[in-house]
Amino acid sequence: MGIIVDLDDLSRNCGEWLRGSGPEADIVISSRIRLARNLADYPFMSRASDQDRARIEKDVRECLMTSDQASRLLYLDLEQLSGIDRQLLVERHLVSREHAEGSGARAVAIDQEEQFSLMANEEDHVRMQVMRSGLSLREAWALINRIDDLVESRLTYAFHPKLGYLTACPTNVGTGMRVSVMLHLPALVLTRQIEKLFRSLQKISLAVRGLYGEGSQAMGDFYQISNQISLGKSEEELIQQVEETVPTIINYERNARDFLVRDSHEQLHDRVSRAYGILRTAQTISSEETMHLLSSVRMGVNLGLIEDLEIPKVNELFIHTQPAHLQKLSGSELDTADRNIERARYLRRHLNKEPDGEARNN
Amino acid sequence: MKCQKCDKPATFHITELTGGKPQELHLCEDHVREYLTQSGGEPAAGSNMAAAIAQHMVQQMAVGQTAEELARLDQQTCPFCGITFHQFRNQGRLGCPHDYAAFAAQLEPLLLSIHGETEHVGKVPKRSPAGSEARMQLIRLRREMGEAVAQEDYERASRLRDDIRRIEEGEK
Repeated sequence: MGIIVDLDDLSRNCGEWLRGSGPEADIVISSRIRLARNLADYPFMSRASDQDRARIEKDVRECLMTSDQASRLLYLDLEQLSGIDRQLLVERHLVSREHAEGSGARAVAIDQEEQFSLMANEEDHVRMQVMRSGLSLREAWALINRIDDLVESRLTYAFHPKLGYLTACPTNVGTGMRVSVMLHLPALVLTRQIEKLFRSLQKISLAVRGLYGEGSQAMGDFYQISNQISLGKSEEELIQQVEETVPTIINYERNARDFLVRDSHEQLHDRVSRAYGILRTAQTISSEETMHLLSSVRMGVNLGLIEDLEIPKVNELFIHTQPAHLQKLSGSELDTADRNIERARYLRRHLNKEPDGEARNN
Repeated sequence: MKCQKCDKPATFHITELTGGKPQELHLCEDHVREYLTQSGGEPAAGSNMAAAIAQHMVQQMAVGQTAEELARLDQQTCPFCGITFHQFRNQGRLGCPHDYAAFAAQLEPLLLSIHGETEHVGKVPKRSPAGSEARMQLIRLRREMGEAVAQEDYERASRLRDDIRRIEEGEK
């Protein structure tokens, strides 16, 4: 992990949350807390004029870039970025898809360690988040709370004594907070217990989403568990609810893994080995298939079925094989067919020990 | 407009915002019920704003509000940002912070069905909420100034500009 100064650095590096360390890191990929905030003196985004948008962006930029945090922040104007660069930020979970694909004045500030990012002019004027590796919600809250205090000391938030922080969508009003953890649950998917888990989580008002948030597919068996409600519970209580539920889910996943190891060891070992084999030898491969196979490989590494690979490497491959990362890393714009060839080449290069692995596989 | 699923008039116009692109739904009362039961049946799931709003409308109809009364509520307008409740209902996003006060009566049951609570517990900005209220006036003043300029009423525009400056300088 290095320090980022621009987007080329970003694509070569791997963010803090992909470190693959921290408590329960074999199952809990990352912990994330986001806060939705609006400035009191502007309409919400749906009614904001171009002039309003430009002023909001300027207020937020000045607030951050004249603070004592400025030297640690990379501030990017999304209107000035190429499509690939915007997509890169999405793949990295630093901006939302909506923010990348939107229009008008909008920006993102990212800190050097890639733990913190703040979007200006997303669904709310300010959406800030902290992401950390493993199960680390308390630390994430401490950090984001501090940055929220900093912003609040310079800008006036829209706040109502009874309703709390006012947001464009009433589903976020109150604390404006979403607490989420990203979990890797391949064994619960394999043993077909995942649907049951979703239903029980919904009953205690926790939401389940895919890797890239709302409406996204659960690619690579990654799931985000988060709070549904934001009003009537304190930040501490919202964190506690997610924090108390995660160990239960971790236990389910571990039990399912134990069951697979015990009752269908050959099938499991076969599945993991075949996945590894395809990833090391394929000549063209889609993003979906890569995610699917890497998921088996990741579980295989955690269960000791693959010994010559480490989790941080696997985590990195999940991100580096996505379309924008692949294009940034190869230094050229590629269409889908060429991306699939480049992806296979990238995987062979990173998963085969011998430098001539390429020739051997041809 | 007709319901998408039958020949009855569509009384519910919903923009589904979850997942990918916004999707327009135009449904009659019967089919909106069906839509609601499909999306869970239970108190609308937090993130699904469209379902929460539609459910709220069905509840209002159930307590005997007529179509005319609903239409009247729909026409209510926020004096700050100019959004109508109908526009909010269609897009699922409010127009400005003051809407929470302007549409308080309609929003309270909605908040209850989304969050199960209607009062904030938790962090409070160190700055006084009164400061927040004062700055919200800027939303109205800036909009009115824009209108005054458009109408070439420069005298009014300059008065409004002075009001705006007073608040901006007083707070900073």
